[in-house]
Amino acid sequence: MPLLFTYSLRNLRVRKLTNALTAGGMALVVFVYAAVLMLDTGLEKTMASTGEENNVIFLRRSAEVEIQSVIDRRQASIIEGEPELMIGQEGIPLVSKEVVVMIALPGSDRSRTRSITTRGVGPRVLALRPQVKLTVGRMFVPGSSEIVIGGRFEGIEIGSQIRFAQREWQVVGRFDAGGSGFDSEIWGDSEQFMQAFRREVFSSVVVRLADPEAFSKLKARLESDPRLTIEAKRERRFYEEQSNTLSGLIKVLGITLSTLFSLAAVIGATITMYAAVAMRKREIGVLRALGFRQLSILAAFLAEAMFLGLAGWAAGLTLASFMMQVKITTLNWTSFSELAFPFVLTPRIVLQSLLFALGMGFLGGFLPAVQAARMKIVDALRAI
Amino acid sequence: MTSQRSPDAHSGDDVLIALRGVSKAYRRGKEVVPVLSDIGFDIRRGEFLALMGPSGSGKSTLLNLIAGIDNPDSGSIVVGGNDITRLPEASLADWRAANVGFIFQFYNLMPVLTALENVELPLTLTHLGRRERRDHALLALELVGLSDRIKHFPSELSGGQQQRVAIARAIVTDPTLLVADEPTGDLDRQSAEEVLTIMQRLNREMGTTIIMVTHDRRAAEHAKAIMHLEKGELAERVELRRE
Repeated sequence: MPLLFTYSLRNLRVRKLTNALTAGGMALVVFVYAAVLMLDTGLEKTMASTGEENNVIFLRRSAEVEIQSVIDRRQASIIEGEPELMIGQEGIPLVSKEVVVMIALPGSDRSRTRSITTRGVGPRVLALRPQVKLTVGRMFVPGSSEIVIGGRFEGIEIGSQIRFAQREWQVVGRFDAGGSGFDSEIWGDSEQFMQAFRREVFSSVVVRLADPEAFSKLKARLESDPRLTIEAKRERRFYEEQSNTLSGLIKVLGITLSTLFSLAAVIGATITMYAAVAMRKREIGVLRALGFRQLSILAAFLAEAMFLGLAGWAAGLTLASFMMQVKITTLNWTSFSELAFPFVLTPRIVLQSLLFALGMGFLGGFLPAVQAARMKIVDALRAI
Repeated sequence: MTSQRSPDAHSGDDVLIALRGVSKAYRRGKEVVPVLSDIGFDIRRGEFLALMGPSGSGKSTLLNLIAGIDNPDSGSIVVGGNDITRLPEASLADWRAANVGFIFQFYNLMPVLTALENVELPLTLTHLGRRERRDHALLALELVGLSDRIKHFPSELSGGQQQRVAIARAIVTDPTLLVADEPTGDLDRQSAEEVLTIMQRLNREMGTTIIMVTHDRRAAEHAKAIMHLEKGELAERVELRRE
């Protein structure tokens, strides 16, 4: 490392407490900033992994979410008969005609109710959604009042009964949907759910394509079919869109907060660096006398402030990485169902937060560094 | 000791520094305080000149002007053929790095750097590689008798030792000109003597031109000539020895 930067770095050790406090302030801002990005990434990943690339979801035209959508049996049969669909092991197309209904269940502490998505699915749903795997128990038997529950319902025991839609439903299995949105759902036989909820129509039809490239052709044909009032979307895209509102809110709120906090941290760094410049006037004078240019002095003090930012980044990101142990449960404002998602740290967030921290250091150090560089040598040397 | 009253310019090729009509004033609020008025003299290559005079006589200001860390209000200062008063800031910094070594009253070492690193510091402005820089710095420290203190930080050294490190730092780039502002002002008699002896040796053996500002008559007597300033003007020049 160039000697002048060694000088800057070692000077940080001289006023340990002040510098530690300044870096600590920056660390808190980095923590908030990184945590927001991690939360947003977690949400996006959860929603994106809910959808399968090969799957197509059909909804009533202009319905944004499944609970707004209705597809009657006649339309569902037309979709089912299309040639682009993948044929399953029994020689039957991979289709799941689904009915989605929100129910209110008492929470684990009984004091608050939780809004839960129940999904009536077709018998071939597991072939359609390979990311969903039964981990405990078995799949429900079609035609029965049996249900399987997502991985998030850890408190509900297999064999227990849950009451909704004026029926007792027996929990026979638990599935793991790989942290996707399905983990927050209860699944049962769609025909049973339609009876119990007194529905005549499905909410959506999900199909698996034999060739994913066939999507545009199928979409164009079915959307222009006068018998159908449906819209086709790739399943992954559909779930990604569902996270947009919440993701937007997290981003706007998070970035606004981090920016406000960072202003305070930048002011803190500026004060610290002004003090450092004032304390080292004579040293600055000597460096300039020895032949260091103004630009070198500017760089040395900027480097010092950016070292502070770097320390803040390391501490803040370490703190934020502990958030990976935490899962957030919240209402998805688009579908009004409860959704659980983790904090996810990606290399991109590591880099973004690093640039953010270095940026804070740079801004905090800029004015003091300019002052140091512009000092008159003779005045600086005269300083006590 | 010979004494001559004329502070007139020398002539010939051996002139390193030529000052002509140099004036400098400071502003204190609305008041303008003249410090140097129309100073003109030459300093020969290989000279060891002591600048003396009462406080406020302008000797430090004169030293700063010659060293290129301050600018005169008028006049020219030609050092080695370069009028340094016309150099822009960055070029002047480069010129100082290549030509001037500084010794200050309070040593002014970087407290966070070791003796070796302090001496190496000015060499980072040269094209020397890391190993060469280290070798040069070690040699300079050896020259001032501090080879055994290279890893020490300034706070772990006595005043005399710190000033010797400062001398090593000043000479490590092999500058044409060494300027010293009260180099013994903060030292005890013995340390001061050691420092002055080193300076004399540098002047005698390496031919380094030295200008030293001092209050101390005994320190000044180590120089080859003493120049007195009074109220911003040259009062007298006393030749002590010629070699």
